[in-house]
This record gives sequence, structure tokens and C-alpha cells, in this order.
Amino acid sequence: MTLAREAPAAPPAPMPDEKPILVADEVGLVYGGNVTALAGVNLTVPQGRLTSLLGPSGCGKTTLLKIIAGLIEPTTGDVTVRGEPVRGPGPDRALVFQDFALLPWATVLDNVGYGLRVRGVPRQERDQVARHYIEEVGLAGFEARYPHELSGGMRQRAGLARALAVRSDILLMDEPFSAVDEQMRRKLQEDLLELLRVEQKTVIFVTHSIEEAVYLSDQVIILTQRPGRVSTIVRPDIDRSGNVDEIRRTPRYMELVDEIWAGLRQYVE
Amino acid sequence: MSEVTPRLNALLAPSPGRRFSLALPSIWLWRLASVAVAFLIWEVLGRSPISLALPPASEVAVAFGEMLAKGEMWAAYANSLPPLLTGLAIIIVGGVVIGVSVALARTAEWFLLPVLIIFQTAPVSAIIPLVTYAYGIGDASKIVAIMILGLPLVALNSYKGIQATPPSLIAMSESFLASRFDTIRYVILPSASGMIFAGLRLGVSGAFIGIVLAELLITPTGIGDLITYNRAIARYDKMFAAIVSIIALSAVVLALLQAVETRLFRANARALP
Amino acid sequence: MTLSASARPRNAFSRAAARITARSPFFSLIVWAALWELVGQLGLIDLIPPLSAVLVAVGELFERGSFWEALALTAKTFGLGLLLAIVVGIPIGLLMGLRKRADQLLSMWVNLFLSAPLTAVVPALMPILGIGEATVVATVFLFAVWVVILDTQAGVLHVSRSLVEMGRVFGAPGPFILWTIVIPAAMPEIMTGIRLAVIRAIKGVIVGQIIIALIGFGGLFDTYLSMFLMERFWALIIVVFVLSFTLIGLVGALEKRIAFYAGTR
Repeated sequence: MTLAREAPAAPPAPMPDEKPILVADEVGLVYGGNVTALAGVNLTVPQGRLTSLLGPSGCGKTTLLKIIAGLIEPTTGDVTVRGEPVRGPGPDRALVFQDFALLPWATVLDNVGYGLRVRGVPRQERDQVARHYIEEVGLAGFEARYPHELSGGMRQRAGLARALAVRSDILLMDEPFSAVDEQMRRKLQEDLLELLRVEQKTVIFVTHSIEEAVYLSDQVIILTQRPGRVSTIVRPDIDRSGNVDEIRRTPRYMELVDEIWAGLRQYVE
Repeated sequence: MSEVTPRLNALLAPSPGRRFSLALPSIWLWRLASVAVAFLIWEVLGRSPISLALPPASEVAVAFGEMLAKGEMWAAYANSLPPLLTGLAIIIVGGVVIGVSVALARTAEWFLLPVLIIFQTAPVSAIIPLVTYAYGIGDASKIVAIMILGLPLVALNSYKGIQATPPSLIAMSESFLASRFDTIRYVILPSASGMIFAGLRLGVSGAFIGIVLAELLITPTGIGDLITYNRAIARYDKMFAAIVSIIALSAVVLALLQAVETRLFRANARALP
Repeated sequence: MTLSASARPRNAFSRAAARITARSPFFSLIVWAALWELVGQLGLIDLIPPLSAVLVAVGELFERGSFWEALALTAKTFGLGLLLAIVVGIPIGLLMGLRKRADQLLSMWVNLFLSAPLTAVVPALMPILGIGEATVVATVFLFAVWVVILDTQAGVLHVSRSLVEMGRVFGAPGPFILWTIVIPAAMPEIMTGIRLAVIRAIKGVIVGQIIIALIGFGGLFDTYLSMFLMERFWALIIVVFVLSFTLIGLVGALEKRIAFYAGTR
């Protein structure tokens, strides 16, 4: 498959094999009366797949993710989940934060259980669910630790477990691995792919790393700089059925990274 | 993108992007409003039958004008200002010099630091009655009171500011073969200026506390006497006017200090991450 | 890296000085104590008796009922005033951190009274509240409350934005976020505010008492001065200072236990 360049204004056609779960329609955000952060963003997110929002810093990709999360209301346009417009945060979406957003005074167990606590789940059940996801993200044995006792990678595992624990269909990840070092980032990426084989989730993944986007995504949405709008949509279509560490060696992977960079470099210069 | 930064309340409520465009009135309008609200509350409290000794704000304002017109206020300040200004000059110059010496000379640090810490933290005002007892009713006891309450604050903050100079900046300066003096002049002092000025603010505030305390305790002169005398003859409106005047004066001096700091160092230019 | 010039000592004297000053500065208090004793023994200043005599007076002080009465009154007025300052200051600080309007209306007064000569207000309290404990409590409150407000507000303003967003994403209502995220996250600053309030409250309780000069330690100071009992006067100063430092040290230790996560936010 080649780069599918599409006109920014037209919503891209859904992938043939999947039905869309989330659609952004002409989403725009102007703040302070005159600064346009996003202008007419259209995108479609297929169910059960990982979609990346890729772009240089300042393109508004995190803002777009927060609009999808319901934290910011767009000035124009709408985001719909299964046809229902987003009016604020909802149980169908969970967010993983760039800076982890762990409560420093709470243990890993309590942090992972926070979303359930908000929903009034009784302590015993909450802990049981939390333990399950702590184990799934590979943090078993660290339940009683505090965030400051964990490495960056482990903190984000806790953040991921917290988002998984509320069993939302859609996982929103805001540059989740950008605050950890390169080796740990690779490990976390591999583990995320493994995890998504077990958990059938729709993921929207914000990143500024071309390699990360290509490595992880079924669909890469490239945003341009201020005002942010969709420039290109790429479907890597890499075979991920085998071993996760093979992906980076496939010709397809390397080819795509180069192609995307070729397209993006004009905005850097 | 520069972050959209609503305050926390905007975060607690569902926050539409549209709200950020709401223009707020200038800071001076708010100050005016907050003075008006405070005046109103005082007026209401003063008119309610809480205590005869709490006159409404309007009566205090009238008394204030009267005292200015009849010269009572000027006479009091003619007594208070000379020792106050002398004391301020001493604690500003002396405090910075002592603080810098303590930070840069090890012997001075060893000898003076504990004493400064004790004087900063302990309720040294307990010594003021002794000071007034020792120096009598002259200006000397007021100046000593100012020094006891103000000087340690200035010195200790100057010391802390210099201690907080980023070592990498000093290493940088030394790597360019700067002399010790140049390093102090161009790196250490500018880097410490924020803390030094913070100390000056604390010191000025301590100085005002000190002189009022001295005048209230024994020295029957100046603004302290104006307060005590009017209380004694139950002219509470005048008493409050005198209190307001000294608090206002301290605010003015602190604002002047702030202006000097901004002028000299452009506070925002100093803040490197 | 130290800021002090670290040139090699030039002569025997400076070498000796360097050896002494290598120890903690708090050893210099021994030198100060010796100086005090010397000045007292030589009778250089009337008002300063030898330290040894003062220390003897400290022992005698503890045998006096008047001392324990003054201590009880001081502790009571200090505690009440401080408690009032915390109970009133924290909600106002929270409000100012959460609502911009409250901040705009109040911040001017908080900043003014934070550094105003509140000693001038004490005489005005006396005719309103009476010459007694209530005035001292009010003085303590006035000295302590502003810093509690200011630091609580600072704490709220420093709460990480993403923590609050995290709460919202999970659908937590405002009061729940306030209780489970904002207040705990602001705790390090609130504790700093309380520690500074304790320091200010101690100053307030002493200032209030010495201006009234009839009750508590203020009454004792006045009596000892007017009867020229300098040993007792200094003994009381030492006791008051030691009590203050003990209390401030305790609160500081409490603050450290809570502040452990302040750096990790």
C-alpha cells in the first residue's frame, strides 16, 4: 500500500474491514479569541485498531486528543463516539498521560484503582480488578510501592493499568512514552503491542516520533503545524502477527519511516 | 503550542474553549473594588453594636483628614521618620554586607550564621522591652529595635541567595579566568539579587514592627504614642487613623522597594529555568 | 563546590581558624556563650549578668508558680490563635486558588497584612476584646493567618494540571477532585504555610503579651524589668527561645513527612 494522500477537508473513508468507532468532524479550536490551534480536523478511527496522531510539536495533536477525551470543548465541529457526540469525559474513553499523572501520595494499587473509586466500586472489588491489570502490565509485586519509588517506565505501566482498569473501549494515549529513556521506550512499545493482542482496544496514540507511529499503528494521521489540520493519512499495513521485535527489521517499516519523513521535512525547514 | 492555561476552577468545571476569550478588567479596577468592599465591611461592622471601640470606616477617614489638616499626623511622623529611615538604611546596607560576608567568608559564616538563624526564628521582640529600658526614650532605642527585628532577616536572605548561586555558573565564570571579584560582581550578586530583595522586603516589614513596638512600649513619642494616646482618651477614630497610616506607610515603602528591584533587575529577566 | 575562597591558609593563626571553622557553625555558640559569661563576669554592661547566673535563674524559674501560670496562658492563647488561623486560613486559601474572583478581591489584603506592622493593631484590639486572653488570641491569629492563606493558595495553584484532568477523565465530580486530588496535592505547601504560621504565631503571642504587659510572659518580663531582676529576665528569654525552637523543630519534622512527594510531582 502506498501513502494515501487525501484532501484535508474530506473525511477519510473507513478501513474496509473495520467499522469506525470514533469520528471527528470539522473539529476546530480557537482560544484567546484569535489563536487557532486546530482548523477543521476530520478523522475516522476504526474499532479495535491503533491510530496514531503524528506531528511536530505545536501542531495541536495533544489538544486534539484532549478534545476527544472531552477535557476541552471544541469551538467548531464535533467528535462522535458510535454516533453519540462527545459532551465531556465519558466511561467509553480512558486517558494515559504524558507525565503519568499518578497521585504521589497513593500506592500503585490505589492509583490503578482510582478510576474505579470515582465510580463508587467497593474497595475489595476495586483492588481485585486493579491487581489484575497491574499484573497484566507487568508490575506485579509493586502494588504497595509509591510512584516516587518507581522508574519512569514503571510509572507509565501504572498509568496504563489505571486506564485499562476502567475497561473503556477506547484508550487515549498522550505521548505516553516520551518521558522515558530510549531503551525503556522500545520495551514499552513492544509490551503495548503484546498487551493489545489480549485486550481488544481501540487506541488513539499521540506521538512526535515517526518510528514509534509506524511501529505501533494500523493508521497514522499526520497533522501539520499551526493551525493544526490533517495533512496525510497513512496505513502502515505491517504484518504484526509474528514476534514484535521483528517489526523494525521489515522493509515496509523502514520504507514508511523514510516516506513520512520526506513528507514532513518541509514543515521543519 | 503554548499551553492553554485556564486556572484550576476552569479545569474543575467542564471547560469550553470559548471561555478563554473572556476579557478581565484590569488589576487596578480589582484593587479599587477590593478596597471598596473592605471599606463597606468595616463601615457595616463599625455601625453595628459590636463595640464602641470600633468606629465605622467613614469616621476613621474623617479623623484621618482632620489629623492631617491639624498637623497631629505630621508631628507624630516628624518624631518617627528620622529613626525609621536611619534604621532602614542601617539594616539594608548592614544586612546585605553582613549576609554577603557570611556567605563568602568561612570564618564569618561559622561565627555569625547560628546567631542570625536564632534572631530570625526566635521571638526576639521579647528583648525589645529591655532595649527601651536600656536606651530610654530617645531615637537610639527605636533604631536598635529596628536592627534587632530587621537586620537578621536581610542578612540571612542575602546569605541564602548567594549560597543558591548555581555552581555551574561559578564554574563557567572561573573557566573564563574571571577574577574572584569579577565572579562576585557579574555572577554571584546578580544571581542572588532576587533573594536579597526578598530579604529587604522582610527586613523592612520587621523594621516597621520594631519601631511601632518600641514606640508602643515605652517611648512616648511618634506614631506609637499617637495610637496609645488616642486610645487612652477614647478617640478610637483617631487611633484607627493612626494605625491605618502606619500600615499604609509600610505598604508604600514596600512598593517603592519593589519598584527599585524591577528597575534594577527586571525581575522577569532573571528567571532562567 | 563552596563559595568561600579556599586559598591555602597562610599562617598558623589562619590554619587554626580553618581547623575550628571546619566544624559545624553551631559550635560557635560555645564561643558566644563564653563571651556572654566574660562580659557578665567583668560587669561590662549592667543589663547583662553572667550566663552562669542566668542558667541558675532558669532552674529557679521552673520552681515558680508564676512561670507555669504564664506558660499555661501562653500555650492556651497560642494554640487557640493558631488553630483559628489554620481553620480560617485554609478554606480562604483554597477559595483563592480555585476562584480567580476571590483571588482578585482578597490577594491585595493578604499581601498587605503579610508584611504590615501588625504590632500597631494590638492596641486597637485591647479596647474591643479587653485587656486579656482574647486580645492575645486575636494577635496570634492576625500574625499567623495570612501566611496560611498565601501558602494554601500557592499549593492549589501548583497542583499539576494533568492530575486534575486525570480526575475529570474518569468522570469525577468537582468536590471529589477537590478532596481526593487538589487538597492532598497542595498538602506540602499547606504544611509549609502551617510551619511558617507557627513561627509567626510564636512572635504574635510574645508581641501581644508584651504590649499588654500584664498577663503571661509579657507580665513576667515587665515585672522582672521594673524590679531589675536581670538574671530572671534573661532566663525567661532563654526559656522562651528554647521552647520556640523545640516547637518549630517538631512542626518542621512533621512537614518533612508530608513533603516527601513534593519533589516527585
